[in-house]
Amino acid sequence: MNAIEVKDLTKKFGNFTAVNNISFNVKQGEIFGFLGANGAGKSTTIRMLIGILEPTSGDALVGGYSIMNQPDKVKTQIGYMSQKFSLYNDLTVEENIRFFAGVYGLTGKKYLERKKWVLKVANLEGKEKLLTGSLPGGIKQRLALGTAVIHEPKIVFLDEPTSGVDPVSRRNFWDLINDLSAAGTTILVTTHYLDEAEFCNDIILINAGRLIAQGNAKELKTNYIKNTILEIESDRVVDSMEILEKEDWVGETSIFGNYIHIILNDNSKGEQDIKDVLTNKHSIAVHRVDKIVPTLEDVFIHLLEKDNANVS
Amino acid sequence: MFHRIYAIAKKEYRQLRRDVQMLFIVFFFPVVLLAIFGYAINFDVHHIKIAVYDKDKSDYTREYLNGLISSDYFDLVSYINNEDEIKTLLDEKIVQAVIVFPNDLSRKLNNKQVVKVQYLVDGVDGNTANVIVNYVNAATFNYSLKLTKEYLAVTGMKSYVPINLEPRFWFNPELESTRFLIPGLMGMILIISAVISISLSIAREKERGTIEQLNVSPISSAELIIGKTIPYIVISLINASIVLTAGYLLFGIAIKGSILLLLLGTFTFLFAALTQGVFISSIADSQQVAFQAANIISLLPSLILSGFIFPIESMPTVIQWITNLTPAKYYIVILRAILLRGIGISAFWEQLIYLLIFGLIFIALATLVDKRAKAA
Repeated sequence: MNAIEVKDLTKKFGNFTAVNNISFNVKQGEIFGFLGANGAGKSTTIRMLIGILEPTSGDALVGGYSIMNQPDKVKTQIGYMSQKFSLYNDLTVEENIRFFAGVYGLTGKKYLERKKWVLKVANLEGKEKLLTGSLPGGIKQRLALGTAVIHEPKIVFLDEPTSGVDPVSRRNFWDLINDLSAAGTTILVTTHYLDEAEFCNDIILINAGRLIAQGNAKELKTNYIKNTILEIESDRVVDSMEILEKEDWVGETSIFGNYIHIILNDNSKGEQDIKDVLTNKHSIAVHRVDKIVPTLEDVFIHLLEKDNANVS
Repeated sequence: MFHRIYAIAKKEYRQLRRDVQMLFIVFFFPVVLLAIFGYAINFDVHHIKIAVYDKDKSDYTREYLNGLISSDYFDLVSYINNEDEIKTLLDEKIVQAVIVFPNDLSRKLNNKQVVKVQYLVDGVDGNTANVIVNYVNAATFNYSLKLTKEYLAVTGMKSYVPINLEPRFWFNPELESTRFLIPGLMGMILIISAVISISLSIAREKERGTIEQLNVSPISSAELIIGKTIPYIVISLINASIVLTAGYLLFGIAIKGSILLLLLGTFTFLFAALTQGVFISSIADSQQVAFQAANIISLLPSLILSGFIFPIESMPTVIQWITNLTPAKYYIVILRAILLRGIGISAFWEQLIYLLIFGLIFIALATLVDKRAKAA
């Protein structure tokens, strides 16, 4: 059972194609990660899926309703929270909750029950009378998520919900997302924190409006990189990287802290070949070379560079 | 549907209650306007300061002067004795007009010759200068008539005035300009509390990004606008009552016509004005832009082109066409009919229909802009 089915979705702004023929499915109850660089078309796609932007062509079913033909029905199925803080700073915590409850027609016992729940997840019990504008960022973000799902929608869209939030708050926020998912809510979340992507059941990656990879984290790591990745610890990291880049058998290189990651074009090469180049030819000491399982970051950098090379 | 409108109206009310700046604009501004227009702007000319250079110093000149000064239109400030003083008095704006009686005045009058009396009027303020000349003309005509009658009486002839004009001013017998201004002022105040506040209120949601959350909810545009409008309609009606009460207490202007018709006219006007505000908010993404746009599209035309201060009949034809773009023009006609003349709907049903059409056009425009924004 799919909560969201996207079919050939395209959005053009004049000559610029922001979203180019994207198709994917989101299963009921999963956390679906939507990844891509800034400007890749993530927000445009989400805005079409929540029914506030009309697609140029293609369609999607959200909670069983077409975004082209029944955007108003779609709106009854979803909750949405954007990177921009969307509560009213000049209302108190309680007034914000009451407003959104009123918009979704929650009254009486149901309202009290949901208000209690929102206050609990935002950790604001007893602080209902505070002005929302005076709350710290992480708390605001959780209050925003709480009010966005006050009507218990089946599907929740989160557009970069954790941008600008400190790591501890981010972790708390993800605990909340996991709770929602465990309760059966489908969640589509965009992010550019790749550690967050590891929490997702399924992931898609888009670049320049096109879908370039999809699968779960494990599939992405094994299916998209067949070549061996080596992690190298050596002296003069930057020089080492520049030297290795010139070798035919070395594909992409990138620096991770004090280490270099290289993707081999020729899987038969290894530690000895690296030492030959660095130590023997340039007298740079090599301390360690390990074959590693790629991180999502390795995969995405690899995919994006490959994709950008194809385009240009 | 109603719970959503109620939720929005309540939220808007709560925000407004905390927004000191907005409350200031909405409630204080009208009071200031009322004070300015009621007291400061006064087109009636009273107590014009004049000086007299009387070279004749006869009974004739004294009698003529008495005729002028006995009304409260003229105050005699000083007698002068030479030509140079005339220049000083006018240059330094000590007086607005100087009367010069020639030294042969009584001799010529006694010989039944025509006498020329010179008036030197400060023409910088054309409006006032015109009024002065009109008053002086009338006063001079009266005195001449009196002299003619005396002369005819002496010669034994019966005096005969072929046409005697007797003007009577209806609805505003004293020709007080406050009477004329109050209806326009109500229009202005409602424009401020309707057009400006509603456009700012929607633009603020856009500026702060909170509109996004409303867009993804089941709230329809109509519900959003109606919900947002309700608190401002209440405020507008309160403001209108304040202006009417103040108009009655300060300037003695009572509502002559039906209060029910007044409400009908006001609601129709508010409908037109609010749609204009909604249209402005559909093209403006920030409060600043909305405020500027509301000023240019709505407030300035209401002030200049509505007939509030400047009569539309005396504008060039092209400008007269443009005046149709301001709903205040029609509201002022309605208000003057109800407040000053106390007449029924037969006098202004056309204006009501026009306001309705005006509102519908702006709703259509706003919907169009909104549709395009969604597709873009």
